[in-house]
Amino acid sequence: MELLQFARGPALWASLAVLVAGSLWRVVGILRLGTTPDLSEPRSTRLLAGAMHGIFARMIPRKEFRHRGKLGVWNGYVYHLGLAVIVFGYLPHIHFAERLTGLAWPPLPGPVVYLCAGLTFVSLFIALMERLSDPVRRLLSGFDDYFSWFVVVLPLATGMIAIHQSTAPGAAPAPPLDPLPLAIHLLSVELLFLWLPFGKLAHAFLVFASRGVTGAALTRKGAAL
Amino acid sequence: MMELARTVLDSRKAPDARRAAREFVAQAGRDAAFQLEACVNCGQCADACHFHLVTGDPRHAPIYKLRPMLKAYQREAAPFSSVKKALGLAPPELTAEELREWSELVYDSCNLCGRCTLVCPMGIDIAGLVRLAREGMAAGGFAPADLYKAAERALDTGSPIGVRWPALKRQIELQEQETGLHVPVDAEGAEYMVVLTSIEIMGFAEIIGALARIFRQAGATWTIPSAGFEATNVGVQMGSSDVAAELLSRIVGAAERLKVKCVISPECGHAYSALRWEGPNLLGRRYGFEVVQIAELLDRFVREGRLRLRGKDARRLTFHDPCQLVRRGGLTEAPRRLMDGVSANLVEMPGSGAASFCCGGGGGVSAIHRAEGLRFAAFECKKQQIEATGAEALVTACGNCRNVLEEAIEHYGMTLPVLGLTELVAQYLEPETRAG
Repeated sequence: MELLQFARGPALWASLAVLVAGSLWRVVGILRLGTTPDLSEPRSTRLLAGAMHGIFARMIPRKEFRHRGKLGVWNGYVYHLGLAVIVFGYLPHIHFAERLTGLAWPPLPGPVVYLCAGLTFVSLFIALMERLSDPVRRLLSGFDDYFSWFVVVLPLATGMIAIHQSTAPGAAPAPPLDPLPLAIHLLSVELLFLWLPFGKLAHAFLVFASRGVTGAALTRKGAAL
Repeated sequence: MMELARTVLDSRKAPDARRAAREFVAQAGRDAAFQLEACVNCGQCADACHFHLVTGDPRHAPIYKLRPMLKAYQREAAPFSSVKKALGLAPPELTAEELREWSELVYDSCNLCGRCTLVCPMGIDIAGLVRLAREGMAAGGFAPADLYKAAERALDTGSPIGVRWPALKRQIELQEQETGLHVPVDAEGAEYMVVLTSIEIMGFAEIIGALARIFRQAGATWTIPSAGFEATNVGVQMGSSDVAAELLSRIVGAAERLKVKCVISPECGHAYSALRWEGPNLLGRRYGFEVVQIAELLDRFVREGRLRLRGKDARRLTFHDPCQLVRRGGLTEAPRRLMDGVSANLVEMPGSGAASFCCGGGGGVSAIHRAEGLRFAAFECKKQQIEATGAEALVTACGNCRNVLEEAIEHYGMTLPVLGLTELVAQYLEPETRAG
């Protein structure tokens, strides 16, 4: 079996299976810990609205904390938004999603995506530098943080290489891409899928539960979110 | 309940990391687990914590204070923990040495003020988790000795500093002489039962006279119980649900014995948290009465026209938000409406309300002798907020904050009186036209 066939076939499906099963295991594993009902008299009973408010309100720092203007805070927006543009706006990725799910949507112009890829790449390296240089983040960080960073950067790097390999000087990148770099790119994405449920990248779904729980609890007390 | 509470106190004689670990895991229920799992170690909480801001010590990053609890959870209860243990990838068992080191982080350098909770982009209630982590520390015997001693005194005498009924009775008599008003004690069927903190009783007893004038003008019946009058709950501060429940049961018992409709939580932040939010859960049942914080009640009385204010303090005043009332308790507007009613020149501090800095003594820190230097250092953040207002006097609604602020103000050589909100409101009540 060719490497690309393997990456597009068994490796992809196996990694997706691990992604789904691992994520479910993690969520169910937390849910099974259970909870006890809060018997105190609530100041507000609009807990679902509080949870939703918590989820959305924490997307932006409160005004009282914005003045510190820490690089890491604003850089976080750059690579999160950049990754979203690359994953959901790049035509080959939309084709890939369409093959898997049957769903497609209009792509963003290639140059916009390439610009985002460059910015995201730089932004992720700034994030790493900050993690290594800031005493607090260095103290807090461990293997999980660094490996999670690595499995995010790797698909970005391999994707950029895959595009570069198939592009003649001066010409716009266009499919078909060379099989080997493409296979490596796909395998790097599959590594991300394999790791996501088990490490810090699971914040992609855990963030909603965490924010929601706190949003509901603070709303119950009538406290600020 | 009393026996369980005593068991926690005995744990300090033989600290045990495994016992602490078991309690950490027991405290990590569904909601706590979602939050422990969601952290991305971004470190933003450090920038919200006054202890980190003044010391620059990365260990003061709030989320770092949870490391022992996180490790115990990851080792024993987290998803994949059994697989990780089998593969040798789980965190190692906690050690007594590690927990002794963390005692300073979990207690001395955390006021449970919740500023970190407010800044966390993952929405992790870090202060709430530290409160849970203290359960493990206390059960394991790793809470500060001062808090165990305070808990022991509270269980023995009813008060963490040993204030008994005769002392309160004497203060009531003095306030009756001062105001010429009767202070009802153990009045069955009263609408409101007032509980007080030892700090108020011994340091700010004028509040009793102020309450007498307030209830007279409001036309409400009230009482102070001779047993179960102490609102301070060292169990909540040290992190012992058993101690906290035993102390709370005395207040609840008094309220039920006197058949009151409402218990008034005094000017004390953590007492409000203990009585209003944690109490029913600690006792495992809903109350048959309402719990209202005194500022909330005064605001209600003023808005209903039952309290009539006349005149205003002309000084430049600023209000210090007690964390457990405002940020953690949702009482932001009531004290401000009251302040507007009695102050002609109220100036808000930068970041006032939900993002205000703690006085530095909350969460039991003011009771930990070894933490005094750190507490004064942490006050630097509050000091800057106060100084930015140019205020001539500081008002607050928490006796512990008031005490801590007064000490810190003296420590820094500042000249700023600290006033209690209830007393200030009582001072500007419209004079009665008939004898009460």
